[in-house]
Amino acid sequence: MTDINQLENLVTQVRRDILRQVHKVNSGHPGGSLGCAEFFVALYNVLMEHDTNFNMDGKNEDLFFLSNGHISPVFYSVLARSGYFPVEELNTFRLLNSRLQGHPTTHEGLPGIRVASGSLGQGISVAIGAALAKKLNNDNKIVYTLCGDGELQEGQNWEAIMYAAGNKVDNLIVTIDYNGQQIDGATDTVLPLGNLTAKFESFGWEVLTIKEGNNLEAIIKYNERSQIKNRKRKTHLCVTPHCDGQWR
Amino acid sequence: MKKFTNTGNKDTRSGFGAGMTQLGKTNPNVVALCADLTGSLKMDEFQANHPERFFQIGIAEANMMGIAAGLTIGGKIPFTGTFANFSTGRVYDQIRQSIAYSGKNVKICASHAGVTLGEDGATHQILEDIGLMKMLPGMTVINTCDYNQTKAATLAIAEHKGPVYLRFGRPSVANFTPEDQTFDIGKAVHLIEGTDVTIVATGHLVWEAILAAETLDKQGISAEVINIHTIKPLDNEAILNSVKKPAALLLLKNTTI
Repeated sequence: MTDINQLENLVTQVRRDILRQVHKVNSGHPGGSLGCAEFFVALYNVLMEHDTNFNMDGKNEDLFFLSNGHISPVFYSVLARSGYFPVEELNTFRLLNSRLQGHPTTHEGLPGIRVASGSLGQGISVAIGAALAKKLNNDNKIVYTLCGDGELQEGQNWEAIMYAAGNKVDNLIVTIDYNGQQIDGATDTVLPLGNLTAKFESFGWEVLTIKEGNNLEAIIKYNERSQIKNRKRKTHLCVTPHCDGQWR
Repeated sequence: MKKFTNTGNKDTRSGFGAGMTQLGKTNPNVVALCADLTGSLKMDEFQANHPERFFQIGIAEANMMGIAAGLTIGGKIPFTGTFANFSTGRVYDQIRQSIAYSGKNVKICASHAGVTLGEDGATHQILEDIGLMKMLPGMTVINTCDYNQTKAATLAIAEHKGPVYLRFGRPSVANFTPEDQTFDIGKAVHLIEGTDVTIVATGHLVWEAILAAETLDKQGISAEVINIHTIKPLDNEAILNSVKKPAALLLLKNTTI
């Protein structure tokens, strides 16, 4: 699906799905989910080469890992709309015995989920491992991961960021949802992140800033294979407004 | 009473190293990760033989556990190596979420466990590791008794699908089990039959249990000795059958469970 109007319509549908999921159970994280709708639609409909006939190993496929697991509503919506599982199952979000737990898990066997996330700061490490496995398997596909900006306050991220640069893990793209908000308020007041671009660059990463994080065409343009074929570790600071939402 | 011979004291960590060396040659999917303790974990031979399958992570154990979880996606069998303290308590949340709860086929291999670590002191003498790990979903927990058994267990866990915690140590201890034994995960080993007291021992204390049984035998007390090398899943049947006899039960362990 590459027609931009169709994609825009899908983004709207995904936003509806997010609101319906969260509203139905009166809990969940709509803010980051709504802000990342375009990113997920672009990733699963344009950028990634992936198979909805889910296989955990994902050999010869691009892979995606959601590090900030609390934005599961957008992840679940896009997985369902891509064909990984029935759209009706979105109605079970956060319910007892549902495969769609508040934060993604693998043990319920939901297609499209390759690792549990929710406790923050672990996704880049897992993505690095998957990227290293691809290299060992002579698989030239790409591993994507998305992190929250507040999530970068977790120290493990910086262990992973240091490792990837030091070991030339160049089949990995990390996107930061740079919305400036976290549960207790603005990241600038909770614990300032400083100059993220300078921090990533000093760790040996190339940083591309997508100023219009809710612009589908901008996201696609920055992530196109022609842009990343020189295979350097990349971080995308994807600036998205954190839509109003209340964690309960 | 069955007799056992110590063929010479050896460190159990070297049994792990020997197992890794063999796995390197026989199983191309086995990969190894270490957090700046390659020599201490005896992983240097694997590193030298298979540099492309060895990942030096640096002093960043949380990242090591995450990378290990990721490596399983694509069919690799990662073995992580560091001290028991840094293999468990320091990275409990990473193991819980990215490995155990995610059902990843990671082998967490830990040396320098328990008070026998000695000179490094209390910060490193972790006793809680087995207790922590056995609570995790799907985690198999193994605590081997000597060099030969540690090598056999290292080979066996590569064939087992699912996360495993394998615990061994630094000091040289009696090596008395068969060199080419088969290691059955979850199956206790009945070493000595007895009727008056049952000694269930794990780790290097199995040898001490044998010595104790020999001493008791001279005093006319018949002691049964069971090597409970797998803490989870526990061989309940072996223990319960043994204590059905008119026997007292004694547990020997270098850990809190």
